Order: sequence, then structure tokens, then C-alpha cells
Amino acid sequence: MKKKMATLALGALMAAGPAMADLVFPSLSYRTGPYAAGGIPFADGYADYFTLLNERDGGIGGVPARVIECETGYNTEKGVECYESTKGEGALVYQPLSTGITYQLIPKVTADGIPLHTMGYGRTSAANGDVFSHVFNYPANYWNGASGAINYLLDENGGDLSGKTIALVYHNSAYGKEPIRTLETLAEKHGYDLTLLPVDHPGQEQKSQWLQIRREKPDYVIMWGWGVMNQVAVQEAANIRFPMENFIGVWWSGAEFDVEPAGDKATGYKALTFTGLGKDYPVYEDLQKYVVDAGKAAGAGDQLGSVQYNRGLYAAMLAAEAVKTAQEMHGTAEIDPSMMRDGMEALEMTNAKMEALGMAGFGPEFSVSCENHGGPGLVGVVQWDAAAGTWNSIQDFKPTDAEVINALIAEDSAAYAAENNIETRCN
Amino acid sequence: MFYREAGDFKTSYIADSQTFPIKFDRYRYYVVLAVAFGIVPFLINDYWANALLLPFLIYAIAAIGLNILVGYCGQVSLGTGGFMAVGAYACYKLMTAFPDVSMFIHVILAGGITALVGVLFGLPSLRIKGFYLAVATLAAQFFLVWLFNRVPWFYNYSASGQINAPERDVFGIIITGPNAPAWATYLFCLVFLTVCAIIARNLTRGTIGRTWMAIRDMDIAAEIIGVNPLKAKLTAFAVSSFFVGISGALFFAVYLGAVEVGEVFGIQKSFLVLFMIIIGGLGSIFGSFAGAAFLVLLPVLLKLIGVDLLGWPTDIVAHLNLVIVGAMIIMFLILEPHGLAQLWRVAKEKLRLWPFPH
Repeated sequence: MKKKMATLALGALMAAGPAMADLVFPSLSYRTGPYAAGGIPFADGYADYFTLLNERDGGIGGVPARVIECETGYNTEKGVECYESTKGEGALVYQPLSTGITYQLIPKVTADGIPLHTMGYGRTSAANGDVFSHVFNYPANYWNGASGAINYLLDENGGDLSGKTIALVYHNSAYGKEPIRTLETLAEKHGYDLTLLPVDHPGQEQKSQWLQIRREKPDYVIMWGWGVMNQVAVQEAANIRFPMENFIGVWWSGAEFDVEPAGDKATGYKALTFTGLGKDYPVYEDLQKYVVDAGKAAGAGDQLGSVQYNRGLYAAMLAAEAVKTAQEMHGTAEIDPSMMRDGMEALEMTNAKMEALGMAGFGPEFSVSCENHGGPGLVGVVQWDAAAGTWNSIQDFKPTDAEVINALIAEDSAAYAAENNIETRCN
Repeated sequence: MFYREAGDFKTSYIADSQTFPIKFDRYRYYVVLAVAFGIVPFLINDYWANALLLPFLIYAIAAIGLNILVGYCGQVSLGTGGFMAVGAYACYKLMTAFPDVSMFIHVILAGGITALVGVLFGLPSLRIKGFYLAVATLAAQFFLVWLFNRVPWFYNYSASGQINAPERDVFGIIITGPNAPAWATYLFCLVFLTVCAIIARNLTRGTIGRTWMAIRDMDIAAEIIGVNPLKAKLTAFAVSSFFVGISGALFFAVYLGAVEVGEVFGIQKSFLVLFMIIIGGLGSIFGSFAGAAFLVLLPVLLKLIGVDLLGWPTDIVAHLNLVIVGAMIIMFLILEPHGLAQLWRVAKEKLRLWPFPH
């Protein structure tokens, strides 16, 4: 046993040598397991964008970016191991793409002074920067998503949802439970009935949930699913002939691989989004030229333009822009995690900026402040067309019910602050 | 040469029946303890604690617990994950209800609560055996996970359904939460492991342990010679669940800090701990340690070699990891069905005869 540890010590020493000369972006990815379908394109997009910056611009502000990939398998224990093994390398920002790992990391990153960016996932009340100093979830969070879905349904029904029934099919985990509180509050406000249908990890067993939907015939179904659960749900909905246009998934349930297995029957399925669709952006020409054609694409290199690839690209772009902001603020190209945090807090995304990056209209315009780590929470809606094999935008980025969400965020973050003796810091 | 009984004279019954009758073993044991308590805490950093040592120490406690039930008493259990969850949630409720009480007391009480739950689910063992008991404990696993997911009181009505360990201390030193120093969390778990191992070792050498083993080897014969199966089986469930509960409490409070019951304490956790004791060796305290070390350290070691030294893609290493660990489990079961503990025993036998084997 001791001997085994000695060999390990050698390996750990080799792994933990500090290298401060570059900008380190750990990618806690998952290319294996039941959630790999979403994890692979996201990780590819994240890595490819930094490769592009290195190849085309020689890094960010002249300092090369280095992506360290660590496989988590969407498992919190491995996520912790990945965090501990990469934080010593000068990690600037963590993006675990897992709500479970996010909950694990929130106290750790705050203690270690490393920012955590959970784009469209994680703990929603982290949008309150007053309490969560190192956690960011711009440009949109789950409660924006829940409200965005309800707003869309309100528009469809002429502003009145009273008497309607809505079923929420959700992953029975911290991730899936996030929107419940918002949907319940909105139910009181708008007078619809909410049915909760939890699906246990990993989500292949959904017969009973969809049987209940068939029996109770809710007017709409909203889904908070991830990984293999999405494909099963869309297929089950098709099997019971649930009208697809009344079925709305959150942005993590709206990728090509989620709907393709159900074939033509998936046409009409809707999903929320906070990023642009497809490859119709100038940045893709550069990606093709500097990354794909050079043979430097991450993974199999076959994910370009897919929904979750674009999200990975977007996440990397936001991180790179935050680095640029931090470099300007502190007047040094080699920034450390605390400078990165300042950069993220001062981040401003304007249309002009995105256009210069070749990503005009890829995401909403927003700015981050000390109090607001969550961005504006603009949510769009897309619809699947199986014949063409594309997602089509049916609603532009639109604001969500800030009044309801902000009250909930204030309440939840105040509870967290009281539990952990955190003093508000923005004045 | 050094490893033999010759010359090591015992003059009392106590000395004769001690755990390590051979002098070399005894000193080795003291050296391991001295290194673990006296040297490692000064060298440890966050990576070592959180990636390797804490999981090893905590899984070792769980493996000792399960080994008592399966290895010593012969009652197959697939409910380990559920019982760990009981420990974790009991610890969470105690931590939040009594913030000023020492973590030592919380963890021990969490173990006690788990022992009660374990006895409850152990009752069917009086009627059913073998595979059927495994199914009954499997039901306990699913029921407990469902319960902690379903009833909001257990997670203090938090929006996410997760439980988060608040900052708590022992004698003024922070043990849980992100600001806990690595050496403190390590020592805290090490103390529990050491005490658990000593208790388990001495229980299994005494009357209770002998009744367990009698039940395991042939329950009807044991009953005829006067072993009370009710008492033996239920004490095995109680002691086993006590240890498993402690490990669950430590797993949540000290190691992870935030837990989602379905993911962390699911059926795969029950299997993992079961594999640990099968690979380590059923009915052996050392086997529990060896099995826990094997299954905790091997994936990390493979990852270090594959990703950091050879630079392979992470997904290939993750897949290879499954293949290699699976192959090694099969290999062990074929070549040494009694586990790593038996290898250790054989090695010691050979050492005793060395350099003049017959």
C-alpha cells in the first residue's frame, strides 16, 4: 500500500509542477457515460475556440491559452478530483457543465479565490454577486429559462394561462429541481396547474411518467432533461402522440442528438436557447482554416455548428473576453485568478464586440456588475424541423419575468448567506 | 530472517493472543501508525487529501462495515449506499440542528442512527438468506434513496434538494466546509478509521465475532451449539451499519461537502463497496483496507499515467480505466478468490520460512 502511494507521489509531483507562463483553462469535460452526448460537443467547442485564439492571434493578449481536459463523467466525486488536480496549475476559471459539480465547487472556489462560470446552469441564486463573489452564471439562468418558457406560452395563449395544465418532466437531481420554485410561483401568478414528474438518473426509465401524461393530458409539457433522458423523453412523447409543438425543453434539452433518434415524429419540438444556431458566423471560417484544416480540432472534429458545440464556443469566447477585460484593467498580460474574477465582473458584451469577433448576434448583449452576476436573462425559443434537420428560431431573445425571479434570487441567496455567514460586499 | 515467531517469547495469555503475535508485524503496525499520524499530516496538500487519502480512508471504513456483515456474518447486503445515505443525512440534520456540538459527536450519532435503521432492515435476515436477502437489502437501498429525495424535511426544504455541509469544527479547528485545512480533514477521518478498525478487529476476535462466523459457516449447526441467530444477525447488522453510517457521514460532511442522494449514494456505491471487500478479501480487516486502496487509487493512477504522462485523450483513458479495472477484478477472482488479503497471508507464510523453505 505504501509502495503504491510512493509511485503515486512521483506521478502527482510530475502532474502538479506549476507553469504560470500561460493562461490555464481547465475543461472538466465528460466524454463518457450517459451524459457524454452533450458533454462531447461542449468540450470540443470550448477547446477549439482556445486553439483558434492560439493559432490565429498567438493567444490572448500575447499569452497562449492552455486547456487542460479532465474527465468527470458527470460524476461529482471525479469532479472534485479534477478540480483539486488542476487548480494548482494556475487555473483561471472553472466551467464544469454540471449542476451537481457546481454545488460542490461553489464553496471551494470561493475559498480558493478562483472564479466559476456556470453558463445557463448551476445554482441560480449565484446571480446575486453580492453574496456569491466568485460565481457567475451570465447570460441566463434556469429561472430565466422557466419564466421564458411560461412567457412564450403566455404569448401563444393571448396572455392568459389560467386553467391550463402544465407538466414538468425533470431530471431528479439538483439540476432538474432548480426551476420548480419559479414555476410554482409563476403558477400562482398566472393561474395554471403544475404537475411535477421526476425522472431518475440516468433517465432511461420514463414509461410511467409518460403514461401519466397520456392519462392526464396536460396542455403543455416542459422538460428539464440532460443526456440520454432527452432522447428517451422525445421518443416517449412521440409514442403517446403527444403534440410536439406543446412540448418545450430547456436549452440543455434542445440539441440535434436529442431529437434525431425520434425521426420525423420529433418535428415541432421546441427548446429554449441563449446562443445562436448553426455555422452561419464568420468565426466558423477562421475555425475551419486555423483549427479544422490544420488538424487541430478537439475530439473527432465532427461537432462544428451543433447546438452544444456553439455553447462551448460561446463559453470559451466569454472566458477569453473576460481575460481581455482583466488584462486591460490590471495592465498585465499574465493574469491570475483574482484578476480574472475582476475581469468577469467588469465584462461587457456589446453587439460591436461580438461582430468584431465574427460572432454577431451569437448571444445577447449584456454587462456584468458587482451585484448582478447573472446577466439580463434573455431567452429565445427554437423549433426542430426533422425534414431539414435544423433548429429554426421562432422567438428572438426576450426578457423574462424579472420581478418574480429577482425576488426568488434575493430570497435564496439571503438564505445561503445566512447559512454560511457571508456578508454582502457590494456597496 | 526477521519475520518469525522464534525468539519472541510470550509470558502471559494477553501477550499470546494479541493481534500481531510476530514482533516484526507489531513494529510495522506501529510504524504505519506513526507515519500516518505523525508524518503525513505535515506533507499533505489539498490534492492528496481530496483526491486520494480522504476517499481511501472513508471507503475503508465502509468496507470494514460491510465486511463485518458479508465477510464475517455471511449476510449478503446490497444496501450499503442507502445506509451511507442514512449516515450522511443524519449527520446533516444534526449539524444544522445543533451547530455548537463537536463534529465527533455528530458523526458518532449519525453512525448510531444508521445502526438503528440497519437493524430495522436486518429483521428480514432472520427469515431469508442468500440471494433473497440481497434482494431485500436492495429494496432498502432504493427505498432509502427515494425517501431522501421525496421528503423535503431531510434536506431542510432547500430548493435544489441537495444537502450542503456548513462549517463545523472540532476543538476550534474547522473540519467541514471549504476552509477546512487538508491535514485536519485527513486526521479527522484517520482517527475514525483507526478506532473503527481496532474495534472491528477486536469484535471479530471475541465472542460476538465468533457467533457471527458460526452463523456464516452453518447457521443450523450454530443454532444447535447455542448461538442465538437473532442476536448474532442483528448485532452484525447494527455494527456493520454503524460503521457504514460513519463513513457516509464523513463522505458527505468532510469529503464532498454537498451531496445529491441519487447520484452519490445510488446502487453503484453499494456495488463499489461490495467489490472492495471481494477484491480485498471477505472476512479480513486488512482486506477492507487493501480493497479500498485498490479501487480508489487504481483509477487515479491510471489517469495519471494515461493522461498526464502519456498524453492520451481523456475519454480513451476513462474507457481504458473501465476495461483495466474490470479485467483486474476478473483476474483476481480467478487467480485468488480470497482476495488481496489471501495474497498477503501467503506472502507472510513464505516469509516465515524464508530462506529455508521445506
